[in-house]
Amino acid sequence: MKEELVMPLTVIQVGRRVRLVAVKAGQGLRSRLTAMGLVAGVEIEVLKNNGKGPFLVEVKGCRVMLGRGMAQKIIVK
Amino acid sequence: MKPKITVALAGNPNSGKTTIFNELTGARQHVGNYPGVTVEHKEGFCRHDGVSLKIVDLPGTYSLSAYSAEELVARNFIVNEKPDVVVDIIDASNLERNLYLAVQLRELGVPLVLVFNMSDVARARGFQFDLEKLSRFFGARIVETVGNRGSGMKELLTAVIETANTAEKSGKSGKPFIRQMDYGRELEPEIARLEELIRERGVLRKHFDARWLALKLLENDQELLTQIEDQEIRAQARESASRIEEILGESAETAIAGARYGFISGACQEAVRSTIEIRHTISDRIDSVVTSRIFGLPLFLALMYLVFQLTFTLGNPFMDWIDGFFGWLGETVVGFWPAGSESLLQSLVVDGIIGGVGGVIIFLPNILLLFLAIAILEDSGYMARAAFIMDRLMHKIGLHGKSFIPMLIGFGCSVPAIMATRTLENRRDRLVTMMVVPLMSCGARLPIYALIIPAFFPQAWHAPMLWTIYMIGIGLAILCAKLLRLTVLKGESVPFVMELPPYRLPTIKGILIHMWERGWLYLKKAGTVILGISILLWAMTSFPELPAAQKQHFSRQRQELQQRLPAGEALAERLAEIDNRENEAALRNSFAGRIGQTLAPILKPMGFDWKIGTALIGAFAAKEVFVAQMGIVYAVGEADEESETLRAKLTRTYTPLIGFCIMLFCLISAPCMATIAITRRESNSWKWALFQLGGLTTLAYLVTTAVYQAGLLCGLG
Repeated sequence: MKEELVMPLTVIQVGRRVRLVAVKAGQGLRSRLTAMGLVAGVEIEVLKNNGKGPFLVEVKGCRVMLGRGMAQKIIVK
Repeated sequence: MKPKITVALAGNPNSGKTTIFNELTGARQHVGNYPGVTVEHKEGFCRHDGVSLKIVDLPGTYSLSAYSAEELVARNFIVNEKPDVVVDIIDASNLERNLYLAVQLRELGVPLVLVFNMSDVARARGFQFDLEKLSRFFGARIVETVGNRGSGMKELLTAVIETANTAEKSGKSGKPFIRQMDYGRELEPEIARLEELIRERGVLRKHFDARWLALKLLENDQELLTQIEDQEIRAQARESASRIEEILGESAETAIAGARYGFISGACQEAVRSTIEIRHTISDRIDSVVTSRIFGLPLFLALMYLVFQLTFTLGNPFMDWIDGFFGWLGETVVGFWPAGSESLLQSLVVDGIIGGVGGVIIFLPNILLLFLAIAILEDSGYMARAAFIMDRLMHKIGLHGKSFIPMLIGFGCSVPAIMATRTLENRRDRLVTMMVVPLMSCGARLPIYALIIPAFFPQAWHAPMLWTIYMIGIGLAILCAKLLRLTVLKGESVPFVMELPPYRLPTIKGILIHMWERGWLYLKKAGTVILGISILLWAMTSFPELPAAQKQHFSRQRQELQQRLPAGEALAERLAEIDNRENEAALRNSFAGRIGQTLAPILKPMGFDWKIGTALIGAFAAKEVFVAQMGIVYAVGEADEESETLRAKLTRTYTPLIGFCIMLFCLISAPCMATIAITRRESNSWKWALFQLGGLTTLAYLVTTAVYQAGLLCGLG
């Protein structure tokens, strides 16, 4: 059952692979993330999460840097 | 067959689009801005098989929504200009994400050619493409290329010409060019309903395909919604969107994006095979060092130090040549006039035009080298990492990591720094960065410090003094950025998303073109704006001329001396002294001198007299002019920062406190006219340029006054 828990991307540790559930952001940002491949159902691997500062993930084979605020709005499971 | 084909190049950032554009067009390029926005518009020409092609490089985008200026520019170009063929450059090693744009281009119904670029990298990563199948899925020809080796260009041009011809034929027969993608059971009926209504009403039919418009309205595209006045269509769009949301439990926009990605991943499953899985590429290995917590920052600082070191040491010999050239040019021009007949025209040409423009062009080598270094860092993929490293620190002042790069360039020169803010997508971030960049003490202010510091401070204080000045600049920049973010440019800091592209070896052609484009802009500016203002400043210091009576007075003195003293060094020295006195009198009488005297009461709280005021007017043209102006004011003839007599006079006239205040004021105040001009162009408004001018000058006035008055109280006067 633990697998089904949804949480923000920020709590995910480095090296874990998760699936994107939803993006809780305005239309503009959501559209931007969508265009970069961050859509519901996509697999994300967390490459860097220092606890502070920006976030680095891999999505569909490319490295994307996210501001911490942004990562907070991405819900994964 | 069409005699001339227009081709638009679309593609994701980092897909190698620019490399292909350079490869196709070579040096036959034209760079400008799209009207109203600072998005670069590049076009070039080439010929293939007897057909001439005009190639337009659209800005790099991930999608065709209307959320950024780049996306809108790309979309509007395709919709309004109707290029004969659109070429979508795709990073083949990163196919799925890149195809998202291809799907949207297909929806626009334009004749499309897909380029699988970097196919060598893709193959090395173990991808195998069934190009024929993919070509059928996307209704477009597919060409494989390796941009940085220039391979596949002929095939690409052939495919473009053939596609243009087929499209022309099918256009005549009236058949739609490409079969559309299926959005599935839930979405299709709503799309069809809206499409039908749009067709019926005949709205915006001139520009848009009805189905595409229907999709965009369902996606809640604000840009298009504002163009549609028909209430029924708007209502239908809202209704359809909410019905979709009801059925699918997600917004129509998300559902549409999901369907597109679904289509792509289906197509890829059928037509792409991945033989080996290489997860950890070379890029990953480099990144583990470059972006690491321990090495990241020191490595970055070392690289930046290297860039500055190179910019200034490699640039110096070239600067000497240019300086020598303008010196020679000035002398040659003077030679056209017989001795003793020095006219106003001569003064205008030599002092005004050659001196003014030459003073700016002299920085060209520095600027070119700096841009070369930046082009290398950008094209190799390092800049994105630099932004990653600096993000945490920059966040504290309400900016992003990306803002750091322009601020750094600002230590060289504010003009390229402000141009470099183009990489910031958010207008607010861009404006904040632009406003504070002039606080980074630029190279042109160094001569001022070099003149003042040794005049007033003991040897041991020199270096710490210089360091203090630079630090005050940085500190104020941080403070101002924070302040702007809290007041005029308030707003939530936009969460930012940025791709870290894989590291790549930049191509020589690419970086040279990059460097030249920016260098050319600088040269053009020197030839236009700066030329004009140089002439103006020259006129201000030359007019009105001394009354004839005074002129005669000086020339009488000269004649007397010549009769009294034998020719020799002593005579030359005395004559020079008279020249200087005449210059001082002339300056006091000129417009600039009068303005300086009028300003004197305002300048007094900072401890400045009218002479400093006059020099400050010159500093507005270019900061380093301050030194030359002080030279004229203090009547020591040709002055430079090494000039001992000028220093001696300064030491006699002013206190160290005033000296410090001069540096402080020059550091903060009125960015030079070139900076104002570039701010005006890059922000696209005089308002921001004037705000920068007014804001920084006010700040300089307040800070300098406070320091001077506090200094006086402490008995430092």
